[in-house]
Amino acid sequence: MSDIRSNGTHPMDHFLKADRIPHIWCPGCGLGTVLGCMIKSIHKSGFPTDKVAVVSGIGCTGRGAGYVHFDSFHTTHGRAIPFATGLKLANPELKVIVFSGDGDLTAIGGNHFIHAARRNMDLTIFCVNNFNYGMTGGQLAPTTPVRARTTTSPYGNFEPPFSIPRLAAASGAVYVARWTSLHVRRLERSMVEAINKPGFSVVEVLAPCPTLFGAMNKLRSGLEQLNYYRKNCVIEHGADPNEVDIELGAPIIVGKFVDIDKPSYLQLRGEAYATPVLGAGGDSGGARDQERA
Amino acid sequence: MSSNGALVGDFFMSGDIACAEGAISAGCRFFAGYPITPATEIAERMAERMPEVGGTFIQMEDEIASMVAILGASWGGAKAMTATSGPGFSLMMENLGLGIMTETPCVVVNVQRAGPSTGLPTMVAQGDMMQARWGTHGSYETIALSPNSPQELFYLTVRAFNLSERYRVPVIILSDEVVGHMTEKVTIPGPEKLELWPRRKPLVPPEAYRPYDPDPDLVPPMANAGDGYRMHVTGLTHDERGYPTMTVEAQQRLVTRLVDKIRANCDDIIQVEEDGIEDADVVVCAYGITARVALLPIQLAREEGLRVGLLRLVTVWPFPEKRLREIAKKVKAFVVPELNAGQMVLEVERCAAGDARVVLVPHMGGGLHDPGDVLDAIRREAR
Repeated sequence: MSDIRSNGTHPMDHFLKADRIPHIWCPGCGLGTVLGCMIKSIHKSGFPTDKVAVVSGIGCTGRGAGYVHFDSFHTTHGRAIPFATGLKLANPELKVIVFSGDGDLTAIGGNHFIHAARRNMDLTIFCVNNFNYGMTGGQLAPTTPVRARTTTSPYGNFEPPFSIPRLAAASGAVYVARWTSLHVRRLERSMVEAINKPGFSVVEVLAPCPTLFGAMNKLRSGLEQLNYYRKNCVIEHGADPNEVDIELGAPIIVGKFVDIDKPSYLQLRGEAYATPVLGAGGDSGGARDQERA
Repeated sequence: MSSNGALVGDFFMSGDIACAEGAISAGCRFFAGYPITPATEIAERMAERMPEVGGTFIQMEDEIASMVAILGASWGGAKAMTATSGPGFSLMMENLGLGIMTETPCVVVNVQRAGPSTGLPTMVAQGDMMQARWGTHGSYETIALSPNSPQELFYLTVRAFNLSERYRVPVIILSDEVVGHMTEKVTIPGPEKLELWPRRKPLVPPEAYRPYDPDPDLVPPMANAGDGYRMHVTGLTHDERGYPTMTVEAQQRLVTRLVDKIRANCDDIIQVEEDGIEDADVVVCAYGITARVALLPIQLAREEGLRVGLLRLVTVWPFPEKRLREIAKKVKAFVVPELNAGQMVLEVERCAAGDARVVLVPHMGGGLHDPGDVLDAIRREAR
């Protein structure tokens, strides 16, 4: 790789907790690539890195926070977004990035995901979708395509899956993109845009899980899965998020689907607190005066 | 009102409002919550007050989110609180554990109502005493305080923040529907009269900072996110660097310290109120609103010539084990009225260890004890 210096170091090394490497991810897994893209995008965003916080939930992707040399939080399963919400609101100077998986963010954390999107909370969400629960051994996820096999859908999945871009856009996200771990440059560019966007931005990244999802679905190596992405992905910026559902064997629509301007949570709150409340009738301390003994 | 936005003076306030004002006086500047009877008034008050004092109020989508949001806010540098009742308290249990494991200061108020399940939403109970102690999984020690009046709720809320900052642990306030809703005089002292314990910050530069390297009192200093320390915080078992460490030794070292930092500081944490214990034959051991109900039967029993004392648990966890053992050696019996089927009585029995009889006066909640029931128990045991 052209990024590697002659002495074997990488210019982004100082954004990793080097003493935590090697990581736990399997050979062929897409997570290392996606983590690399995130680190470069943080660097390119120009945001002061002392003020960046990365929050993860639980799962393979959830381990991401543990490898980056920023303030980083590895929280409970599904709760990265509400933790990040508290962190951001307590210190709005921070750039709070959630790096977590599809199961974490859209199954157990699904309620938090849609409500943070509804609020247009000032958070950047990088959701790595490997279509199954990797950490626990390859179980059905809310993103598992129909007919795909997992250890808990041994006869093939018959539950309709979530499409993460559709969910994000419908719930109110102002920036929604989907890439794969093959599209490193486009992914990185999207991540920079998402970081610099006020409000709730979501980048879904499809990533190979050769050990589990791939092994159960005739894509036995990371390379095979990347080849699958190469053959099947169609870049379609501005595609309707309602039309980008993923089906086995069908084209996968990737690209930037949503990039709109809407006041973020912090902007709305700032305006609301500065505006007199309708019908309040003047001094809001009146109720407290009545409490005086 | 003082310059920091806290109220000062004498007020008529419900316990719930006094709790919110206690939090503000303690420097709380982040509140996340979800509506639930009989704790909603705390959230409503904070929704009004937080913007006035430069703080944040947010109504989250559920109590799970509320609990974890205050943890995030605490790492963002804010003193943070949430308030709930039984069903919401149950939902908070997992992330209460995250707070214990990551040593995150915060305050959780449980205005207890009668359960199990939805139970009697508008009516009092003390059924969550053991849940506060054991509700999240794993081995740990916790701190919980039990107020018996709006005034005391004010002070205990301030104290809860102080304890949470000093020992880096979520502190639980076990209020109840009656204390939460009763309205009484509450005196709010000026900021110069309230002792606030600040967060202990690291004194070393970022490259030398080990986020879970404790001071001699077993509590590590805490950096905030954005301070440049670039720490990693995880609910996994971790070493002094904060790194996940999946070994028996790391588990032993970490969990032992989490437990010991509370146990070793019991004398600082535990507060009880005692009355007439020195020459007592029978001691009524009670807490919260029930300790207040017990005052009448104790008075009536004394008028009958019986020697009765009161041991009121202000700190319920850690349990005042040492003091209870001392008293047990001198008295005939403990009478323990509780608005549950018998929870703290188990601790009293454990510590009395056969030295004194222990009698429960149970009440399943929805109302308070008939003082006569407590009086009867005192009479039986004093004979």
